[in-house]
Amino acid sequence: MPGKTISEKILSRASRRDARAGDLVVCDVDVAMGTDASVPMALDYFEQMGATRVFDATRLVFVFDHYAAAPSAATFPLQARVRAFASRHGVVVYDCGEGVCHQLMVESGRTRPGGLIVGADSHSVTGGALNAFATGIGSSDLAATMISGRIWLKVPDTIAVTLTGRTASGVFPKDIALALAGRLGADGAAYQAMEFDGPGASDLEVEDRLVLSNMSVEMGAKAGIFRADEKTASYLASRLHGPLDPVEPDRDAVYARTVNIDLSEIGPVVAMPHQVDHIAVIGECVGIPVHMVFIGTCTGGRARDIRQAAEVLFAGGRIAPGVHLVIAPASRQVETSLRVDGTFDRLVSMGATILPPGCGPCCGTSPPVPADGANVISTANRNFKARMGRATASIYLASPATCAASAVTGRITDPRECGEALR
Amino acid sequence: MNIELEGPAFVVGDDINTDYIISSTRKKETLDPGLLKAFLFESIDPGMASSIRAGAILVTGRNFGCGSAMEVAVTAVVAAGIRAVLAQSFARTYYRNAINNGLIPVECDTRGIVNGAQLHVLLDPAGARVVDRTRGCEVAGHPLPAIMLQILSEGGLVPYFRKHHDFVTP
Repeated sequence: MPGKTISEKILSRASRRDARAGDLVVCDVDVAMGTDASVPMALDYFEQMGATRVFDATRLVFVFDHYAAAPSAATFPLQARVRAFASRHGVVVYDCGEGVCHQLMVESGRTRPGGLIVGADSHSVTGGALNAFATGIGSSDLAATMISGRIWLKVPDTIAVTLTGRTASGVFPKDIALALAGRLGADGAAYQAMEFDGPGASDLEVEDRLVLSNMSVEMGAKAGIFRADEKTASYLASRLHGPLDPVEPDRDAVYARTVNIDLSEIGPVVAMPHQVDHIAVIGECVGIPVHMVFIGTCTGGRARDIRQAAEVLFAGGRIAPGVHLVIAPASRQVETSLRVDGTFDRLVSMGATILPPGCGPCCGTSPPVPADGANVISTANRNFKARMGRATASIYLASPATCAASAVTGRITDPRECGEALR
Repeated sequence: MNIELEGPAFVVGDDINTDYIISSTRKKETLDPGLLKAFLFESIDPGMASSIRAGAILVTGRNFGCGSAMEVAVTAVVAAGIRAVLAQSFARTYYRNAINNGLIPVECDTRGIVNGAQLHVLLDPAGARVVDRTRGCEVAGHPLPAIMLQILSEGGLVPYFRKHHDFVTP
């Protein structure tokens, strides 16, 4: 028999059988996660299914991040219901302001190398950066997993994404992810897993890998997985107890195809409205006016992202008149680290609005909502029409540095020019 | 386990993400699919929801239901009386959610199916077939693995779990 991919190995382990691409297997789940946007419906399904208890409360996590804080009269009772359920069954709740679910799933040590994570939110693929098979599900699947601890999965075949070379100055993981989305298309990895490998993947820090894994679902991927290495171990050292049990692909693993990316050939790019795979190189869109700049989300709201943006903003020395710069740290840990080192104080004094940790503005479930006709440039992962709550707004997606450079000038700007042009 | 139904085609385009099916801003006001169905496809065309007839078969292009995994994008479609969705391809979360809520997803060549065409859909363990009575032709759809067909034929994941309390090998 030929060798196996990381996905085939993890799903073999989780299903206790020899799982190969195309097989349909029932797997034991390590951790199942839901949010204030998905758990309320899951509780409806749970009750309708006739269940009265959860399979193992210690393997469930609920996070309030879409409605943090509750933006409408209808959302507060949804959260209250989830709190009551969690308290009755002993499930941990990360309440409003504690962070974005995907950041908390990695930051809290709940995402183990080699593990199977399901999350009732599409960006649950983020956990692949830590060598887990992490995938998104809906509320009904979450309910079934809460009851049984299990889920059926079709074992995906895998696209090997080989990263070589080094990115130039001014080019960031978000540019790699967007360039890949442009190359593969919004359904280019549909039903498939992506396995990131090669020297360029080893060079990436864990916080950078999280960006690529997170964006893999924008190509339709079921999972976006990295190998575990010393960077993974070091990231997890203070977060996770016990020996790690990572999974490597076999040398003779069979891939659906291989995509080679030379990182040195990638420059800053922008996803144009209203599709994530509608990619333009920065030179094609410089000068487009922007009215709101959003730095945050499960893609671009980590300390590393916000520091990259801050560096450009500090070099620029201002936020352009008429631009609303909104920053939402991905978690309380992120927020604390940026308060302690003075980054947030400096950004606030320049006129930035710092929101509590959460993900609402990205998908229009919490304010701020852009004005009619506004152009927004954002570190988020999706730019669908009306995504941020206003159908007449246009959303451009870019790296934290490109977003920050655009905040300085009030128009889409190449971050590589911020050294001189911005002064 | 055979599933068979008939209805008029309601045609939408390619890359219809879940926010276009039902805007995520709507679900902060209600999760009731009976209310949400009035806002189906409003980002594409605010008048579209009122033209959907109960019993219609939704006909779409590539990558239907991409984006968020939010399940209201399925329950609102079901509430509008739509019983099946045909697509060139689905986003995997939409496909799962559809099966779990008894909405029949058929992956097939949807090109050439016109709005209002009378369709006949048949699913069995061997595969799926869609007969377009208006054009007088038939297209084959991808077969569903046994567990998916079983969940669908039992009416979705709720009745399936009420009966089995766990995932069972069909």
